[in-house]
Amino acid sequence: MILLRLPLMLLLLIYQSAVLATGQIWSNKVRSMLTTIGIVIGVASVTAVIAALTGLRTYVLNNFEALGTNKIFIFPMSPGNNRNVSWDQIRLRPEHFEGLLDHCPSIANYTRINHMSEPISYNGRSEAEVDVQGIDTAWHKIENRAVIDGQPFSLTNEAKGQPVCLITRNTQEKLAIEADCIGRSLMIGTSRFQIIGLVEARVESGMFGRGGQRLEVFVPFGTVQRREPNSSVRVVAASRSPDVSEEAQAELTFFLRKRRRLGPTDPDNFQLQAVEQFVQQFKQTAQTITLAATGVVGISLLVGGVGIMNIMLVSVSERTREIGLRKAVGARPAAILLQFLVEAVVLCFLAGLLGVLLGQGLTSLMAKIPNANLGQAAVPGWAIALAFGFAGTVGLVFGMFPAIKAARLDPIEALRHE
Amino acid sequence: MVIRLRDITKVYKVGEETIRALDGVTLDVGQNEYVAIMGTSGSGKSTLMNILGCLDRPTAGTYELDGRLTTRMGAGALARVRNERIGFVFQSFELLPRFSAIKNVELPLIYSATGWWGRRRRAKAALLTVGLGDRMRHRPNQLSGGQRQRVAIARALVNEPAILLADEPTGNLDSATSEEILGLFEQLHGRGQTIIMVTHEADVARHAHRVIRMRDGRVVSDGPMTKPPPAQEGPR
Repeated sequence: MILLRLPLMLLLLIYQSAVLATGQIWSNKVRSMLTTIGIVIGVASVTAVIAALTGLRTYVLNNFEALGTNKIFIFPMSPGNNRNVSWDQIRLRPEHFEGLLDHCPSIANYTRINHMSEPISYNGRSEAEVDVQGIDTAWHKIENRAVIDGQPFSLTNEAKGQPVCLITRNTQEKLAIEADCIGRSLMIGTSRFQIIGLVEARVESGMFGRGGQRLEVFVPFGTVQRREPNSSVRVVAASRSPDVSEEAQAELTFFLRKRRRLGPTDPDNFQLQAVEQFVQQFKQTAQTITLAATGVVGISLLVGGVGIMNIMLVSVSERTREIGLRKAVGARPAAILLQFLVEAVVLCFLAGLLGVLLGQGLTSLMAKIPNANLGQAAVPGWAIALAFGFAGTVGLVFGMFPAIKAARLDPIEALRHE
Repeated sequence: MVIRLRDITKVYKVGEETIRALDGVTLDVGQNEYVAIMGTSGSGKSTLMNILGCLDRPTAGTYELDGRLTTRMGAGALARVRNERIGFVFQSFELLPRFSAIKNVELPLIYSATGWWGRRRRAKAALLTVGLGDRMRHRPNQLSGGQRQRVAIARALVNEPAILLADEPTGNLDSATSEEILGLFEQLHGRGQTIIMVTHEADVARHAHRVIRMRDGRVVSDGPMTKPPPAQEGPR
């Protein structure tokens, strides 16, 4: 019975102390407000900073998502940045990639990309600023841009290097091609290409938009290869999921080294860049910044804590007689300690509550700043928990000294105190 | 015996000087006694009061309260003894200003393991005993001096203490109110309460049934009140 009652007693005592503390704080409203301003500002800035970083992070990750987090770009690269290596020696050749999917199980598919640098025209209207890209059919899957009208390139188109092309709605409009453009022909350089399909427009992402509205025309990879056999080739591969990105890169490296006949000691003459790698790097950086910001703001909480300690010391001194009386009627030192500790913590929690509300207000203001890319700024639940945890800890740590002082008061001296 | 003091000595060090506030006090107080401790300031009566109230520990000697030796107890155990066995009444009442009368009376029960349950009921009973059944929700500043001291007495009684310790209980009251409070003490004594009262006023001490006079830390006289208490005496 007694064993059961003791923890219950403690709970009741804490409850009693909390009620008492609230009354005490309420009867000193102005003083309590001024005291807690440090904590309020500290908590508000912690939550606002974390909300801003969360918003920024969502923005950037969404951009990466739009780019495709499972993509791996393959470029030629002079080994060790050696300028004397000729381009011809290191450039990627289409035959390097034959049989890639059989040897790299983590790669879902890949596309080779080459370019034609010729202006296009239709009915005498020409455009110079055009990307004419030679692509494999896997490109549609990797870029997540399907053929929405007409059909993709066939194996015959590719093998024979036929003059066919896919265009975007944008290109169709800019060149004033009729809306039912499929079957019509446009000119690339001096050659006539038949339009066989329409490709979905590029998803505009703020970070990787490449600026402007470049017109796009796609032709079979083989067609470009046939016309410009020495044009540079780049390759985009997609791993089966972002999680196997590292395995995919290892497989690719192994495969390409073999195909490019590199000896075991030769350095790589190509480079892989996985989007997932950038995502990881960004996440790490964001985490570091969050930690650093939280740390800096934590200092303002410490300053606030000194204010709490000060006011608690004043409170102990003002209530010396009360402490003496409580001791005389049987309060143990621990009960007095608890009372003042609870008061400090309640004070800090109230400050934390105000701070979180203020931080929420700041966050909604922040989300409205134009061009700041903070539209998705929001205070995450863990930040609120963290802020309260911080505030509570500050109350405990800085309330401890005044509480110990109160608990140690000699009841006779305390009752004699004027 | 409720109280058994043996050779109680209390020595203070003030700088180089040592002051013997109590110098070998031996004293017994029995069940239902009504004792006044008298003496001038510096006679050691306050120190004796603090030791009887377990607020202070003697330098030497032993103090048994209710058959339990208190002189070896730690701070926690002494707090419990104060809570359960001793009721204090102070000269300046020592009520908490923001609390209603009944909340003030409940205060000792907050710190008592057995008092939590039904403390409202016990606090009400104590306030009824001191005749303040109609002032329970009043705050101290809404009460007269006499009423405040009654609240303080109710607070002292709420845990049914073995002894009621009153330190100059009428020191802040006018003579009519003093008589009223002393009448209440007489009433409590009639119901079996052991009362020890410290005072320097002979008029107040006269109400007790036994008077202990102190000087220089020693008991100089101890005996029954020579005159019978002037109960129901008309206003002078």
